[in-house]
Amino acid sequence: MTMLQGFQIALHALRLNPLRSFLTMLGIVIGVASIVTVFAIGSGAQLRLQEQIRSIGANVLMITPGAVYQGGVRLKDGSKLTMTEGDVQAILEQIPEIQAAAGSLAGTAQVIHEGKNWNTTINGTTTGHFMVRDWQLASGRYFSGAEESGAGKVVILGSTVARELFAPGDDPIGAQIRIMKVPLEVVGVLDRKGPAQDDVAFVPLSTAKLRFLGSASNINRDSVAYIIAKVAADGQMAGARAEIESLLRQRHRIPAGQEDDFKVQDPAAAMEAQQGAIRTVALLLVAIASVSLLVGGISIMNVMIVSVTERTREIGIRRALGGRMRDIRLQFLCEALVLCLLGGAIGVAGGITLSMTVARMAGWVTSIDGEAIGLALAFSIATGLIFGFYPAHKASRLSPIEALKTE
Amino acid sequence: MTALPLISLRSVSRTYRTDGIAVTAVRNVSFDIAPGEIVAVMGPSGSGKSTLMNMIGLLDLPSEGAVHLEGANVAALSEDRRSSLRARSIGFVFQSYNLLARHNAVENVALPLVYCGVSRKERLARAEQSLQAVGMLHRAHHFPRQLSGGEQQRVAIARALIASPLIVLADEPTGALDSRTGAEILALFAALNRTGQTIVMITHDPGIATQCRRTIRLHDGELVSDETVAELLPRRSAAS
Ligand SMILES: Nc1ncnc2c1ncn2[C@@H]1O[C@H](COP(=O)(O)OP(=O)(O)OP(=O)(O)O)[C@@H](O)[C@H]1O
Ligand SMILES: [Mg+2]
Repeated sequence: MTMLQGFQIALHALRLNPLRSFLTMLGIVIGVASIVTVFAIGSGAQLRLQEQIRSIGANVLMITPGAVYQGGVRLKDGSKLTMTEGDVQAILEQIPEIQAAAGSLAGTAQVIHEGKNWNTTINGTTTGHFMVRDWQLASGRYFSGAEESGAGKVVILGSTVARELFAPGDDPIGAQIRIMKVPLEVVGVLDRKGPAQDDVAFVPLSTAKLRFLGSASNINRDSVAYIIAKVAADGQMAGARAEIESLLRQRHRIPAGQEDDFKVQDPAAAMEAQQGAIRTVALLLVAIASVSLLVGGISIMNVMIVSVTERTREIGIRRALGGRMRDIRLQFLCEALVLCLLGGAIGVAGGITLSMTVARMAGWVTSIDGEAIGLALAFSIATGLIFGFYPAHKASRLSPIEALKTE
Repeated sequence: MTALPLISLRSVSRTYRTDGIAVTAVRNVSFDIAPGEIVAVMGPSGSGKSTLMNMIGLLDLPSEGAVHLEGANVAALSEDRRSSLRARSIGFVFQSYNLLARHNAVENVALPLVYCGVSRKERLARAEQSLQAVGMLHRAHHFPRQLSGGEQQRVAIARALIASPLIVLADEPTGALDSRTGAEILALFAALNRTGQTIVMITHDPGIATQCRRTIRLHDGELVSDETVAELLPRRSAAS
């Protein structure tokens, strides 16, 4: 008897009892569906994180305002802009590992070009910002020195903003757009970096201060909201970070024992840690799903044992008519395999549906990869082989004479 | 006998041991069966007929002595080889038909060929021929529960014949049938034998035994007589 015949006999036997067959494979269905869903959600989250890490740029440190004490009361982190352009200069000049650094002020505003307008993030910064983030231009140029120091009326657009304001054939370079009634000339359009990153318009820091934020009272002439700095090499991250911290404590005159009024972060490392956490949670969920697979396997074994007992006479007849022990074993093994594979296939379909539903309803990014599906199916085949073997072996060991005598 | 024996039993005994109690079901039995014979095996219940039949059919092995099929000692063959020989060389017919309830007639008839490695198409074609030979082709797609006892037994005979076996072994093939249907089944066996098919048939019915040229009688596991008649008696009418 061939494998194919084994599967034909198995399908025939399972079709005769569709409800029982379905209930038997339910554990496998649930287990496989859970594994596929967990993988889809987990790898979706990882993809999004990886994109974010990529978009920040390699070896980037971010310095944001920290705790501030006013009359002994600790104010919320970031409630006061504690960093200055002087800090940026000092970091660039005094810390050799730092290749580039830039301070930024950011807010949101409406950008207008002819009939079209778009609400986006306005980031006031210096050309150093693009160096830190390894962000290339798709066309045009970065800010000139004169524009940076003289509050030039120029703007560099992220690719999303360029797409929203200009028709596909139009060249944005040289065009006039308006932000808060201020006319600005587009001098550059940036490369794409990712959907979350490209929705932005950059102006020189001095322009942002003079023309957009002049009225904001809590902003010191010299303040920046955050600083980003690029470290030359991966191995220098920790050292550079410590040096920035001691430099800023000294510049901000923070007495020993008092909390810093700034925070130096390594966003990529933080995200990698988050990625690790996602992986851990996903593994835990897969472990739980595996238990369902195990229970499914046991249920298949149970039903197969009952089925062997019920069909003892059939086994006797098949043996008398020339079925070898291995033919009987193959027949029942094929039944267990068909149950598991069918259950696995239904589970994969269910898992894909479920993860797509989750993606739509919760707005999470999910990604279904062949690897997860392959793994789930391999798991279900293994379950079929492991839990089908004992009943099949038992069936094959029955004495044909005894089996023929049973009712 | 001039022909080489198909089956030969030499001092065959079969002892069952259960919980230290030994039951000898067949004791020191020897005989040969030549190709083309039709042999009735008779004896009271418990005399060892089925045990003997199981050994001839390679389902069981003797505790002592030897069974030879076409000159080969079956005990020397592997379990797998004996299974293959059952598929190709032996056709079983049982008192209770033993058709698979969940398969129709033609699939039941084709079953031994599954274990001979024959393709599905050819299996079904040959099964139809075999059903034709027992007059059951018109019921090919009926399930056993849709057939009468006599019809089921015809299907079972078609199944026994499908691989053109060396020998057909029938264990009380008419035991579950009324006398009229039994006589029809018997006539079928007689017709098969006239085409040269070797048949061994267990029966309780002396009337049936007289239809066979040779009768072997067992008593308490021992062979008490082995008679071959020169001329068959005229066939009894089914009504008597
Ligand atoms: N598996 C077994 N274990 C123990 N004893 C057995 C076994 N099978 C058969 N026997 C015994 O062997 C003897 C012969 O049994 P067998 O079935 O061959 O008789 P039989 O002639 O076919 O009887 P019947 O006409 O009732 O079918 C009986 O005494 C029976 O109890
Ligand atoms: Mg018997």
